[in-house]
Amino acid sequence: MSTPETPAAPPSPAAKAGAGVATYLDERLGTNAAGKKNLRKVFPEHWSFMLGEIALYSFIILLATGVYLTLFFKPSAQEVTYDGVYAPLRGAHMSEAYASTLDISFEVRGGLLMRQIHHWSALIFVAAIFIHLFRIFFTGAFRKPRELNWLIGNGLLTMALIEGFAGYTIPDDLLSGTGLRIAEAVILSIPVVGTYVQFFLFGGEFPGDDIIPRLFIIHVLLLPGIMLALITVHLMLVVVQKHTQFPGPGRTNENVVGFPLMPVYMAKAGGFFFIVFGVCALLGGIAQINPIWLFGPYYPDQISAGSQPDFYIGFLEGSLRAMPNWETNLFGHSISWNVLVPGLILPGIMMTLLAVYPFIEAWVTGDKREHHLLDRPRDVPVRTAFGAMSIAFYLLLFINGGNDIIGLTFDISINNVTRFTQVALIVVPPIVFVITKRACLGLQRADLNRVLHGKETGIIKRLPNGEFIEVHAPISAEERFSLMQRNTYAPLAAGPATDEEGVPTPGHKVAKVRAKLSKFWYADDMPKPTPEEYAELTAGHGHGDDHGTDVEGHGH
Amino acid sequence: MSYGIDTHGGHGTDLAQVEGDPFADPGLPHHTPRRTDIDARAANRAERQVAGLFGLSTILTIGFIVAFVSIDKEDTMYVVGLGTINSLNFALGVTLGGSLLCIGFGAIHWARKLMNAEEIVDYRHPMKSSPEDTADALELAKQGVADSALPRRKLIWTSLIGAMALFPLAPVIALRDLGPLPHKKLRGTLWDKPEHREIVHANDERRLKPSDFALGTMISAKPNDLESLEDLAKAAIVLIKINPQEIRSKELADRGYRGILAYSKICPHAGCPLGLYEDETHHMLCPCHQSTFDLADFGRVVFGPSARNLPTLAITVDDEGFLVAKGGFDEPVGPTFFERGDA
Ligand code: HEM
Ligand code: FES
Repeated sequence: MSTPETPAAPPSPAAKAGAGVATYLDERLGTNAAGKKNLRKVFPEHWSFMLGEIALYSFIILLATGVYLTLFFKPSAQEVTYDGVYAPLRGAHMSEAYASTLDISFEVRGGLLMRQIHHWSALIFVAAIFIHLFRIFFTGAFRKPRELNWLIGNGLLTMALIEGFAGYTIPDDLLSGTGLRIAEAVILSIPVVGTYVQFFLFGGEFPGDDIIPRLFIIHVLLLPGIMLALITVHLMLVVVQKHTQFPGPGRTNENVVGFPLMPVYMAKAGGFFFIVFGVCALLGGIAQINPIWLFGPYYPDQISAGSQPDFYIGFLEGSLRAMPNWETNLFGHSISWNVLVPGLILPGIMMTLLAVYPFIEAWVTGDKREHHLLDRPRDVPVRTAFGAMSIAFYLLLFINGGNDIIGLTFDISINNVTRFTQVALIVVPPIVFVITKRACLGLQRADLNRVLHGKETGIIKRLPNGEFIEVHAPISAEERFSLMQRNTYAPLAAGPATDEEGVPTPGHKVAKVRAKLSKFWYADDMPKPTPEEYAELTAGHGHGDDHGTDVEGHGH
Repeated sequence: MSYGIDTHGGHGTDLAQVEGDPFADPGLPHHTPRRTDIDARAANRAERQVAGLFGLSTILTIGFIVAFVSIDKEDTMYVVGLGTINSLNFALGVTLGGSLLCIGFGAIHWARKLMNAEEIVDYRHPMKSSPEDTADALELAKQGVADSALPRRKLIWTSLIGAMALFPLAPVIALRDLGPLPHKKLRGTLWDKPEHREIVHANDERRLKPSDFALGTMISAKPNDLESLEDLAKAAIVLIKINPQEIRSKELADRGYRGILAYSKICPHAGCPLGLYEDETHHMLCPCHQSTFDLADFGRVVFGPSARNLPTLAITVDDEGFLVAKGGFDEPVGPTFFERGDA
């Protein structure tokens, strides 16, 4: 936009005021230099970059609505007799925590809305974290230099699960109390210290009077405080390292292309915050969630059938249900594998594998470069297949968490659903791995075909010999670049077992393992044509008679 | 080195300079102006749309306030698709949600239609510091170490490590009074005490008699004069009546009273209260993870993750004909703990 030479307009009052504030702050904090660096900071655009934003915004909504709830919620296990407006429970004995949650729902105007917004945004928060994590994983955004932020993200995920469980538990209703009882059994199953941990955490035997106030302070102060600090660091790292971007024409590993923070991202991100908040508020207004008054207060000898935890706990429920009933009794002591494995060991292994994945991959590839361009999932088949396989495993556990509901819905015996899951947990993930890897290689091949033979035009042509063929048009330089810019790695070599003098090379065994893994990772990748090969293979293009060239087998 | 990466190089960066490289980076595509960039009327329309959304938001916020003060909190209304719901909650949620959404959509519409839509490019620098900076930092660090006198005064170093390693013990010890030691508390229940052996109904606390049971009846019960939820969490029981011929062993029948058997209500798997009893099979199902116990056969696990059978409580009747426990359970009830063992 070029402006013809007009005399500079006098600054508006708003601009003057803005400059005044900026000067005031700058003289005290030196903020102008920071502004110079950051006001026009570039953020690349892609829909999948909004997933992390959703997590951030729902966290802010949780802070706001959560503080509101603390104004009315009474975190106490003290027994009271209910005499509020909800008639069906009048006269019932219950904890003050449960009674105050009823009051928030029925007596405080807007209280039910805040509770429901809080719960909906909790679900959206955890779901957004999961999907955000998938985005990071499948595009390789965790690679150097972002491994540390991957670890922070993992910590945030774990804490979000615990935070959600704590919040779900403190209203002390029948449903959440049952979940707490199971958590207690998991703690008891820890060898050696479990019983002590349980007594210290609950202040004695289950349920006790201490657990509700303790979970409360964990829920409203301890974990939110830590999470807020970690989220701040998480975002600071994004600013310092600059956002990754998808490859495309003009987008390289050395630049970042997108819109400036001010004004475009301020408006877009700010607007998006209001949209997330608005969706949560609408859900809070129209979609009932966790109607604790229907469940009743918690009593350790009461239960409602078919109860389900919030979705993010479902995989633990499913793993507890799928585990065979193993227990070891030795020297007067017991180890209940049937609780310990599905409740702690398995989730522990899952989270650990997730956390260390970037380091494993970096070791196998030997790649020490910085990566700011994202991978297309198909271009890294083994990683994508690992991801799909892990998701399949997780989903099977999650589904088994509802085995009673599935059994009822489809009229199968629950026992058969569980037996099916037990087998499926072992058989399905490897199958998913193979299928995903093949699908990725298929897509790579399709990309290669498109580069070499162009795109289908839909025009059918008859050759002099009577054969019908479809005319292919060459693709644009932009598309060719986008499809072929990927990294290709050759599997690492293990090197000789001994040096020239016949002395065994130190670390050769490890190098061999690594070479094997590396081969597993990369041996099947579709090779990219060199420019010469490209020229050769595409010679005679555009005449429509190149139909028979088969990409398969090329490059060997 | 025997390993290291061997790549064909990211085409487009490395090979971009190669003459005639078919995979060269063609560079950023040209910016195509939007309708609002070239058509003043479209731009003005967009401005009105944005302002309209912001205006609507204002109205909805006022609507929120009006709803808050004017709708009775106990009113309900029927909404198609939602059923009968609380009117105030519905009105508050819709007005608040609407007003927030209008702000959000307004801001994004503004950004997309009226803000400069030309992408800009920023350059990255390697995260790694320059060699000069690294050398300088190293120099400074060396100076710092030298100034601290540590290299010459090893004693300070050793003693400091010791002190730092030990001081966290203080806060850890301070947590000691979070709870009592377990001792043998998890082993017993209230039934062990002779003054708590009357079997009373779980809900109305009336004493139970054999005549309360027909074949197939299941009643949840607890000991008399129960004081805490902790006691209830272990002492809760279920009583069922089974045709004595169908009870698998005489030993088990003897623990009951004329076909009435008492079992712990607390699942030995993870402590959920049991609830689903099927009379024909005498199977008791735990709703939490579906452990299934055969109540005609000493509570044997027939399915599910529980490693232990459901403990039985030996019962009889007292002089007045009421059901009472003969004693406590023979084994700990509820989930397994490390010190439990086979007993
Ligand atoms: C990351 C964050 C958080 C998650 C995932 C989360 C989740 C939950 C959930 C699921 C509930 C149960 C709501 C229900 O009754 O249906 C809850 C309750 C509660 N939360 Fe949070 N919360 C978070 C942060 C906070 C914060 C920061 C505060 C306060 C400073 C807070 C205060 C409360 C209070 C007081 C309750 C109990 C009142 C009630 O249930 O009505 N929460 N939380
Ligand atoms: S608690 Fe009963 S099966 Fe798990």
